[in-house]
Amino acid sequence: MTLSDGQRRRPNYRLRRNLSEAAAIVLALVLMVWTLAPIYNMVFVSLESSGDVFTNNIWPLDPSLKSFWVVLTEGYWYLQYFWHQFGNSIYVGAATTFLTLLIGSLASFSIGRMRLKNGWIVSNAALLTYVIPASFLAIPFYSIMIKYGLSNNLWSVIFAEVTFATPYAIFIFQQYGVSIPIELDEAARIDGASPLQVYLRIYLPLMAPALVAVGTYALLLAWNEYLYQFMLLSSVRSMTVPVALAQFLNSDEAPWNYMMATAIVYAIPPVAVYYAFRRRMTAGLTMGGVKG
Amino acid sequence: MNTTAVGAVRRTLAAPSLTLARRRPRRGGLQGSEFTWAIAFIVPYVAVFVAFVAYPVVYGLWMGHKPSLYAELYSDPIYLRTLVNTVIYLGIGVNLKMFLALLLSGFFMRRSWWTKGLLLIYVLPWAVPSLPTFISIHWMLNGQWGLINNTLWDLFHIDGPGWLDTSRWLALGSVIASHIWKWMPFWTVILLAGRMAIPQELYDAADVDGATGINRFIYVTFPLIANLYLICTLLSTIFTLGDFNTVFFVSGGGPALSTHVLATLGIRDAFQVARPDLGVATVMSALPLMIPLIIILMRKLRSTEVQL
Repeated sequence: MTLSDGQRRRPNYRLRRNLSEAAAIVLALVLMVWTLAPIYNMVFVSLESSGDVFTNNIWPLDPSLKSFWVVLTEGYWYLQYFWHQFGNSIYVGAATTFLTLLIGSLASFSIGRMRLKNGWIVSNAALLTYVIPASFLAIPFYSIMIKYGLSNNLWSVIFAEVTFATPYAIFIFQQYGVSIPIELDEAARIDGASPLQVYLRIYLPLMAPALVAVGTYALLLAWNEYLYQFMLLSSVRSMTVPVALAQFLNSDEAPWNYMMATAIVYAIPPVAVYYAFRRRMTAGLTMGGVKG
Repeated sequence: MNTTAVGAVRRTLAAPSLTLARRRPRRGGLQGSEFTWAIAFIVPYVAVFVAFVAYPVVYGLWMGHKPSLYAELYSDPIYLRTLVNTVIYLGIGVNLKMFLALLLSGFFMRRSWWTKGLLLIYVLPWAVPSLPTFISIHWMLNGQWGLINNTLWDLFHIDGPGWLDTSRWLALGSVIASHIWKWMPFWTVILLAGRMAIPQELYDAADVDGATGINRFIYVTFPLIANLYLICTLLSTIFTLGDFNTVFFVSGGGPALSTHVLATLGIRDAFQVARPDLGVATVMSALPLMIPLIIILMRKLRSTEVQL
């Protein structure tokens, strides 16, 4: 009796499982089309020739890499300083990463490890900065940069990115620091190490995963951010790539193929960094938070 | 900006051991040179905060303190429309995105090999910088030459509308869809981490009690990630309130300034119309909405534990 019962149920169960598998595949296909459409459009337009951009194809009729060549050789007047601007972006990214790591780790060492009295005020100030949208601070920030004499200077952008990346750094470092036993610091202090030595020799090496996670974050923030760079950098030689890219939109007949080729060249480094450090980033963050 | 949420959100998942470690009793205060070192270490951040956060905030409050500015805004139909747009953008954009992310995080819990591969592709919108993709979406939506209308024509012989330049609602819908495209993967990953932190034993116990399918979600999963879901929604609301790129690059505020949100209108007033005080006032008019959100969020973020 039980056996026949089981036999009767099994096909039903299998049918159900197949149906749910089919539904999952349909959902996966929809997600793929949804996710990849804008990216396909970027690649497709960049492979077209200038004349083909204004036609009704949905794939390139005569694909060529000419647009990329034009971008890489600065062969169009909007792209005259492309490599210089690319260098600016790298400079801003590197300086932001370094300063964010330095300032963030020093502050969290002081608050979390040395237990500075009233350090929580600084923690809360950072938390508050973290929940204020950056774009809401943009207008007064711009006026103040002029007062500081930093307008049209890459350092104004670097300070802006550091301002918005450090609060995040302080959180992650403080969370992650909890998992490192304070006894290590105490032992080193008894052996006569100065706070600076404890910071350099014990704190920083043990914080390496969190440093990688936050460093990646700060680098991507500085590379991808647009509003502040657009506001603060106005001359072609001080511009970064995103500002130069948006400049294309000012012309009436934007050369969409060059624009998309520039966009792809600009997007490749952050995507590569993202996928290269994805595990490390997630691991660092997970260790700091989810697992305690 | 949104990537910053990882830390804050993960904080909420922190195990109780974290709070225990923090409650360790202090051994006296810092003494002599140690105190000097601690101060020296914190000075750089305090300097950054004072120079680039506190000063701009105070300066901004001073710029936008005149009541006449708000009277001017209130009598401006563009501003009122912007206010409505902002509410729609937040109300529909954020909630639809978070709800879909919640459902999809369940989908990505599946243990088949191809779901993992799909997840790698699925997070692509988050990994690619927003500017190039929004420009690409802007061109896709072009009524005459865009990919979407070309595809509609090739597949169904339908003449698609001019998505961005004919109607306010089509343009606003396009902006909301772009926002969801960009940020849904990020929140899905966060909610996925929340779901993975739920111990398997709870599901096994629910299985024994006969809870399956939708019941399992309603009685086990959702109560456990409800707090995380709420925090994510609040954070996302604040981030979306400050979102400039989506509107600026997808619709550009058009057609006829009908799809601006507060963040883009403020920048437009300040830089294109050359009225910085009006721009600050535009942005500051969001404070009545922002301050309660910030207070709730600060409380939620500081009480770090989630009942797991």
